[in-house]
Amino acid sequence: MNALLETGARTWRETRKTFKILSRNKMGLLGFIGVIVIVFLSFGGPFIWPPETSANIADINQGISDRHWLGTDFQGQDNLRKVINGGKDIVTIAFLTGIIATLIAVTVGSFSAFIGGRVDSVLMELVNIWLTIPKFPLLAVLATVLKLNDIVTLSILIAMLDWPGLSRQVRSQVLSLKRRDYIEAATMLDLGAPHIVFREILPNMMSFIAISMIFTMTHAIYQQTGLVFLGIVPYSSANWGVMISAAERRAVLYNPQATWSILAPMGAIVLFQLALVSFARSLDEVFNPRLRTSV
Amino acid sequence: MANPIITLEHVTRTFRVKRETIKAVDDVSLDIHEGEIVCLVGESGCGKTTTGKMLAGVLPISAGKILYRGKDIARLSGRDHKQFRLGVQMIHQDPYASLNPAHTIAAIIAAPLQHHGLTRGEAQTQARVRELLALVDLTPPDDFLEKFPHQLSGGQRQRVSIARALTVNPSFIVADEAVSMVDVSIRISLLNTLTKLKTAMGLGVLFITHDLALAKYFAWEGRVGVMYLGRLVELAPARQLVEQPQHPYTQVLLSAIPEADPEITRHKRRIELRSMDVPSLLRLPTGCAFHPRCPQFLGATCERDVPELLAAHGARVACHLVSRQ
Repeated sequence: MNALLETGARTWRETRKTFKILSRNKMGLLGFIGVIVIVFLSFGGPFIWPPETSANIADINQGISDRHWLGTDFQGQDNLRKVINGGKDIVTIAFLTGIIATLIAVTVGSFSAFIGGRVDSVLMELVNIWLTIPKFPLLAVLATVLKLNDIVTLSILIAMLDWPGLSRQVRSQVLSLKRRDYIEAATMLDLGAPHIVFREILPNMMSFIAISMIFTMTHAIYQQTGLVFLGIVPYSSANWGVMISAAERRAVLYNPQATWSILAPMGAIVLFQLALVSFARSLDEVFNPRLRTSV
Repeated sequence: MANPIITLEHVTRTFRVKRETIKAVDDVSLDIHEGEIVCLVGESGCGKTTTGKMLAGVLPISAGKILYRGKDIARLSGRDHKQFRLGVQMIHQDPYASLNPAHTIAAIIAAPLQHHGLTRGEAQTQARVRELLALVDLTPPDDFLEKFPHQLSGGQRQRVSIARALTVNPSFIVADEAVSMVDVSIRISLLNTLTKLKTAMGLGVLFITHDLALAKYFAWEGRVGVMYLGRLVELAPARQLVEQPQHPYTQVLLSAIPEADPEITRHKRRIELRSMDVPSLLRLPTGCAFHPRCPQFLGATCERDVPELLAAHGARVACHLVSRQ
């Protein structure tokens, strides 16, 4: 019981310290808040502002106004409401893809670096070949063939195409880190492989891994928006990609007044990306004690 | 005399570099006793660090045998292996690379204590960490606990390194150029700390350095081994080595040490080498590796035969000239 309390107290201290470091970088904090707000709006928003079910013929392709903060689309539905309702898939796929791709990349990359020798050469050669394949056309073809209808499969598919580059980077990081003197010292102190991997090597790669994961996420967002835009992945629900696609096909090309229907989902994507990237910046400070100016 | 703690028997280490084989360490034999200080000196590339790493068990040997308390370290298992693994620790040359930048000093020193169950509970661990920091003269310890390595100076980091090595109560320490990257002004105090610990804990130390003057200071009570291109050329008690060097290479090295008194330095007789260039390890000279530079070159014998490390006047010397006398 006492030990549990002690652990709890330490976790709380650590969390508070992390927030303190996080809040030191203004851009990073802004990004962090941005990510949180977008995630909450995307998942909680639909309960407060459920999607409109019918068209509004009187309000087609309106500009911004008091009633419609981001204008209306070709069906006369409110753009802001559509943006709020269309974030869930994008955010889920971004996180899922980021996590899956990073896991594969870290596993393959560090395994390759640790085993070395022939296994390493063969693995890296396969990765090289995988890297040369043009990803997006392949993704488009695969998505058509596989008839993707659920988010998880799509995330796995994007992740499968996205991990090789990162795995090479992870491999080179591990190769460099495992030769450090402090690893040798840990070997001599007989601290064991799990300690060396998780306590000595991983903490030095955390900022790199977290930042790479965020970039994989931004990449995944582009990939799936692209797929949806091309109409390859049929989504029944509203989604920022679907909104762009619909706006491009139904309104913007014929009606300059409808600009807001394409700007709204684009803006949402840009904001989400921006928030992610600036959050990534301050993550570096959280994980890398050398970057903290004073503690 | 008691049984040696570490024995090197004809230890050889080769490296392959682009299809060519380099003998970094060649046929080195050496006994080190409990609580003894042995210094290895030599130019860079002479194999002193390689010897230290093999001895610490982090670099496999190519030929020969290393014994820890009489047992071959390559064949140790179970408890014997653990005893060797924790019994021999190393202090690295570069204090900027030997501490993990991601952890605080307290975490670095606490890790081995907790892993091996040397302390029980958080409170005891913390107490031991403080004790160790005080032992290596990082006082007051509380100032250092929550610091990260990058917030310390080179000398302070080296002290943390020493404290970390001491966590597992080793009986032998390999100090690989442990003070060469530290500012000259704090070298002596670091050496004094090492000497103090050696005496207090009965540690055996293999002190590796390229600086003969430093070896002279640190190993005054112990022995000094001089290495040249992978071979041990002279091994003698420090006083004797300094006062009556027998191997021509040792004589040259000693004559090159500047004295504190400029008057003495000016009139000191410097021995001239036949050639200033150190031969490449890839194309080692035949016979005695030192013969192309040796001021007392004898001719055919030196070019043909590799001299063995033989006892001579209370020391061991590998030189044809010495063995003739």
